[in-house]
Amino acid sequence: MQDFFNFYLLPGLVLGCIYALGAVGLSLLYGILRFAHFAHGDMMTFGAYIALALVAGLGMSAYGALPVAIAATILLAFAIDRLFYRPLRNQSPAVLLISGFGIALMVRAVVLFVWGPGTEVYQTGIQTPIVWEGFRIQQRHVWILLITLSIAVALHLFLSRTRTGKAMRAMSDNADLARVSGIPADRVILWTWALGAGLAAVGGVLLAIDTQLSPQMGWNILLAMFAAAILGGIGKPYGAFAGGLILGLAEELASAPIFFGQPLVTPDYKIGVAFVIMVLMLVFRPTGLFRGQVL
Amino acid sequence: MDNLSGYAMYGVAILTMGGIYALLTLGLNLHWGYTGLMNVGIAGFVTVGAYTSAILTAPASPTHLGGFQLPLFAGLMAAAAAAGLVAWLIGLTTLRLRSDYLAIATIGIGEILRMVARNEQWLTNGSQGMTNVPKAFDSLPSPWSEVAFLGVVLVLVAAMYWLCERAHRSPWGRVQRAIRDNEYAAAAAGKHVERFRMESFVFGAMVMGLGGAMMAQLLRFVAPETAEPLMVTFLVWVMLVAGGSGNNRGAVVGAFGIWFLWSFTDYMTRFLPDAFEARASFLRIFLIGLALQFILIYRPQGLIGERPPKGADQ
Amino acid sequence: MSLLSVEKVRGGYGEADILNGASLQVGEREIVVIIGPNGAGKSTLMKSVFGLVRLREGRVVLGGQDITNAKPESLVSKGLSYVPQEKNVFPSLTVQENLEMGAFVRRDDWRPAMERVYALFPPLAEKRRATAGSLSGGQRQMVAMGRSLMVEPKLMLLDEPTAGLSPKYIDLIFECVKAIHAQGVAVLMVEQNAKQALGIATRGVVLVAGEDRFTDAGPAMRDNPDVARMFLGG
Repeated sequence: MQDFFNFYLLPGLVLGCIYALGAVGLSLLYGILRFAHFAHGDMMTFGAYIALALVAGLGMSAYGALPVAIAATILLAFAIDRLFYRPLRNQSPAVLLISGFGIALMVRAVVLFVWGPGTEVYQTGIQTPIVWEGFRIQQRHVWILLITLSIAVALHLFLSRTRTGKAMRAMSDNADLARVSGIPADRVILWTWALGAGLAAVGGVLLAIDTQLSPQMGWNILLAMFAAAILGGIGKPYGAFAGGLILGLAEELASAPIFFGQPLVTPDYKIGVAFVIMVLMLVFRPTGLFRGQVL
Repeated sequence: MDNLSGYAMYGVAILTMGGIYALLTLGLNLHWGYTGLMNVGIAGFVTVGAYTSAILTAPASPTHLGGFQLPLFAGLMAAAAAAGLVAWLIGLTTLRLRSDYLAIATIGIGEILRMVARNEQWLTNGSQGMTNVPKAFDSLPSPWSEVAFLGVVLVLVAAMYWLCERAHRSPWGRVQRAIRDNEYAAAAAGKHVERFRMESFVFGAMVMGLGGAMMAQLLRFVAPETAEPLMVTFLVWVMLVAGGSGNNRGAVVGAFGIWFLWSFTDYMTRFLPDAFEARASFLRIFLIGLALQFILIYRPQGLIGERPPKGADQ
Repeated sequence: MSLLSVEKVRGGYGEADILNGASLQVGEREIVVIIGPNGAGKSTLMKSVFGLVRLREGRVVLGGQDITNAKPESLVSKGLSYVPQEKNVFPSLTVQENLEMGAFVRRDDWRPAMERVYALFPPLAEKRRATAGSLSGGQRQMVAMGRSLMVEPKLMLLDEPTAGLSPKYIDLIFECVKAIHAQGVAVLMVEQNAKQALGIATRGVVLVAGEDRFTDAGPAMRDNPDVARMFLGG
């Protein structure tokens, strides 16, 4: 029981938190701007490395660097949208997808240029885990869970209590009607970028705290985040959050020895789990678990 | 005289790789330009083609499956067939998806195929790759070896170009265009949309597999990183978009053109001080990404915009 | 001076014009119903008033102001609101939130307006926390109309409000239109249930092939045997 928690359940939850943070932004962007934002993973990478600059340069803790990482990633998102996506606003989703792919590489190239291709960590050294009756939880995992929980609560309040949050959900539901109702599309789009980029930055930093930094880190989990967004239903932020958690758990649990001591999938093929879930959803239930849009 | 021959050899090398990319771009044109299939998993088919050819033609080795030592031509055929088979298997479930969902699915497939290459050591020697891949005309002395190989590549490009053009002008090609432009109308007209999409998907994948096989031969080496998404998938997309998607001439021109540009910028970085030279490749990636944005915004039809084939009933 | 004046407009979705010189007027205290055969351009005319379809020629004037081809977002604050025929609610938002979105452009207190909407549509008051997507067709139509009332418009554009509804709801919706009108809102409506619509209308306009052919007082048009034969199914 303890082993199951320590090696599979907890890591799955932690991974799920990171996926959830990325997937919410991805789902909202997909629902409101109508395109698959392929550069989202690299925005997470960007956020993580900005935090690294502060950690390495000013000796801050990674958690302390979060606000700056968030702000920098939001600014990056605004700039990218203004310069590259806005001129393509009326193009087909395919064009925007390819553009996003290019932006992803450009952001990654900047990271590579400044920090090089190797891996980095925020801090070295072993931290003592918290132990209780055989259950073990690392300190950083506590932080990750707490931060994600706080963000989830804040996100819920934003989406359900504020005018802008509701306008975002409205636009995601029905952009034409939002326009007809007088909701200013441009402003909602900016807010969507801010939210998506901010969440991506947090996800990136937390991912780096959990494992390490590498220029490919965001790209490597992009597929899983898309799967989570699709699982939850495109345009449904709550669904994306749930999808992220489910996918993280599924990925880790799939390599747990639950079938008479054998895992469902060998650890090398964990990424396959996200992919299979995604294809199953797309073929059998493209609106996702929570009935999002079919684009 | 030495310098000149050095430049000449460099030119041959560039043309050779450019030709291989032309094959890949022609394949992508079949998918995207003809039928509107958004394949962002090019790397996967290239990997399959490269490994199939390598495994079948390489001598026996303790580190991976091999020892068949089939002739290179057979390796090529097998590479195309394997890539086509993989495409068929994938297509059974995913071809129905809308273009951006298909894009995500194909990326996943590409990654999984590379993961198989990385993890199945018995088959591929894992991350270390296979180092004894034979190459056509290898036994000839330089420069004839390289020139002959270039000849093979160019012949293949010409052959594929001819095949693709024939397909484009044929009734098959017209149906593909109809499906790309308005799937529902084509279905209403009684066309078996799914079958046509599958045919295009398999055909294009076979051409990509062929390119992969040639790449393995050229490098005399194949590893999971050979078809790393950046170099292969993204570059080929840029080539097609820059040249003009929807037509084969654009595909070939775009491939050679972008490859020249890529190599030229690589060459220029040699003049930079050492500290910069290592980083320069990242600058090149940034610039090519930027170039793509400009093309998409200001000249989306590429260098050679699409035109209907001559003598078509349009 | 009439509240809305559409003057000889021409336009459509693409190359071909659907509207061929149509004109109509809506006075401040009127309910005007547009009827006509399928494809006459009724919905298109309404959309073009709201800036959703481009007009090549002609003018649309609201309260003396030229609003031809104005951006839809700007018209809401000018006292014009539009209820589309389909997809006219935000399905994942609650009834209350749908209404709030209708008031998005308002800077002042919109709660009185919301209370008036609930008074007008009592079933909505009970279901204010239900998501709009979970409601029946008739209830959704009420939400759609309620949403457009939140800006307290001078003129409401309704595109086939009773389409696809059961007879009970059709009656209810027409009663609601009357009630809205009684509160001082002018209404321009496209309707397929022409007979019943003309019964509550101040005036009717017959639109054929993108042009207005005939206008008369509502009840008179309803009882007109020629009109009845052609458009009202006898």
